[in-house]
Amino acid sequence: MCLPKIVGSVRKGYCLGIESTADDFGAGVVAFGGEVLSNVNDTYVPERGGIHPREAARHHADVAGKVIAEALKRAKIGYNELAAIAFSQGPGLGPCLRTGATAARALASYLSIPLVGVNHCVAHIEIGKHATGARDPVALYVSGGNTIVSAYEARRYRVFGETLDIAVGNCLDVFVREAGLRAEARKAPGKVVEELAAKGKRFVSLPYTVKGMDLSFSGLLTAAVSLLREKKVAIEDVCFSFQETAFSMLTEVTERVLAHTEKGEVLLTGGVAANLRLQSMLRTMAEDHGTRFLVVPREFSADNGAMIAWAGILNFNHGITIPVEKSFVKLKWRLDTVEVPWVEEQEC
Amino acid sequence: MLIKKGAEASLYLEDWHGRKAILKKRAPKKYRVPELDKEIQTRRTKHEPQVMHRAKEAGVPTPIVFLVDLEEATIVMEYVDGKQVKQVLNGLLQDERKRLCGRIGELVGKLHSNGIVHGDLTTSNIILTPSGGVVFVDFGLSEQTSEVEARGVDLHLMKRAIASTHFMHAEECFDAVMAGYEKIAGKKAACEVLEKVAKIERRGRYISER
Repeated sequence: MCLPKIVGSVRKGYCLGIESTADDFGAGVVAFGGEVLSNVNDTYVPERGGIHPREAARHHADVAGKVIAEALKRAKIGYNELAAIAFSQGPGLGPCLRTGATAARALASYLSIPLVGVNHCVAHIEIGKHATGARDPVALYVSGGNTIVSAYEARRYRVFGETLDIAVGNCLDVFVREAGLRAEARKAPGKVVEELAAKGKRFVSLPYTVKGMDLSFSGLLTAAVSLLREKKVAIEDVCFSFQETAFSMLTEVTERVLAHTEKGEVLLTGGVAANLRLQSMLRTMAEDHGTRFLVVPREFSADNGAMIAWAGILNFNHGITIPVEKSFVKLKWRLDTVEVPWVEEQEC
Repeated sequence: MLIKKGAEASLYLEDWHGRKAILKKRAPKKYRVPELDKEIQTRRTKHEPQVMHRAKEAGVPTPIVFLVDLEEATIVMEYVDGKQVKQVLNGLLQDERKRLCGRIGELVGKLHSNGIVHGDLTTSNIILTPSGGVVFVDFGLSEQTSEVEARGVDLHLMKRAIASTHFMHAEECFDAVMAGYEKIAGKKAACEVLEKVAKIERRGRYISER
């Protein structure tokens, strides 16, 4: 089996990473050696409904200065010690991406240091590998905007399986909203479902949609919401059934990709990675195949600036930077179109 | 005797009243709650022979199903004597090779024209019998759909399988497959699905075999 290793020169210095693809505005400082020195975040919380891109972007613009200053302060470094600025170039919501990009361009120009455009999905996988020591995993990346099963093959993170409609995190978010459950604004919707599901006992059948290595969540969402509205089944049981169905689907496609690629590790990353039930299902599956199961630590599971900084360093070390005038944001930038030359296969 | 262990099911070679048979068993998944696991296993064990039968109605040979045990999630079916197309294709003469690929294309055309998508269409899942017949096996990932996307994925898998194991004659083989496909499905459907194949390739989500 081929195991990729991280190559490239490790220089001295620090990279500031700016994340703003959706509702989080984050800034993190990472040393070129890999140490995370700070990771500061401010989340936009809508008064009602889901993320309004323009409102979220306004929030990001309001907090950007404060969050970035705080990241440098906690890292105990000055702006003049930064060697590069990395930002989430996509995929994500246009207005939000542009706000982060504007801050990054301004800083890079002012400090006369290189700008690095980072793919948000690559960053989630890289921080997962970096924090857990995974080398060549099948990565399940699950969040509010993405549901991807990926593995490295020939210079890229290939997408073997993905959602055909909405992301699993989005499915959880909408379900919680429709159920009128979001009592505490600061609690993640997935956490609300997880806690209620832990009290559920009775399993009710809901649409389970796996197509080869791809999945679909829209039918599950519709059915779960109507089940809730009928009020015939206890909310704990609906949450339990909903969660079991959604996560079993994710585990099944991950298993298929694992069997197909014959990799030796499974890595869970992204915001939904914090869910303990999903972790336990994947662990059971991975152990059945005699493979290692790794999960990104909580501090790096949701969108954050440190992961952008770390992916920025990996790019920078391979000479991948972007001139300010070409640093347009890419709203639909697919994971499998990005070359990741730092992951290189060793001789077998 | 276990002959193949996959992510979804295991295949055993068994004796069925004096005949060689394949027993396909879907193993329970420990990560799923038992109620859900049972439901899925039952549904799939039921679905697979149904699609195999529909394929026969479409004129595509598939193994004879002897027994379906929903309780045990097993299917007992005919062991098809012959060789996987994967094993024989490279050793054939050009004319034979083209004829075989053309025949495969016709059968895929029949499946698709009848709203069936195989789901795992590789040269390992097509058997060439000693008398020259072609039999399609493993409908475990099959779907009944008329979506061009699903058909495109089917043919893309076929193309990829040919390119990886039969690279010396890849283009010639796939052209022959498509010629057979067009004969059955018609020019319009063939063009439509080929466009889809190209689109799927550009998406880059499927990798070339190692």
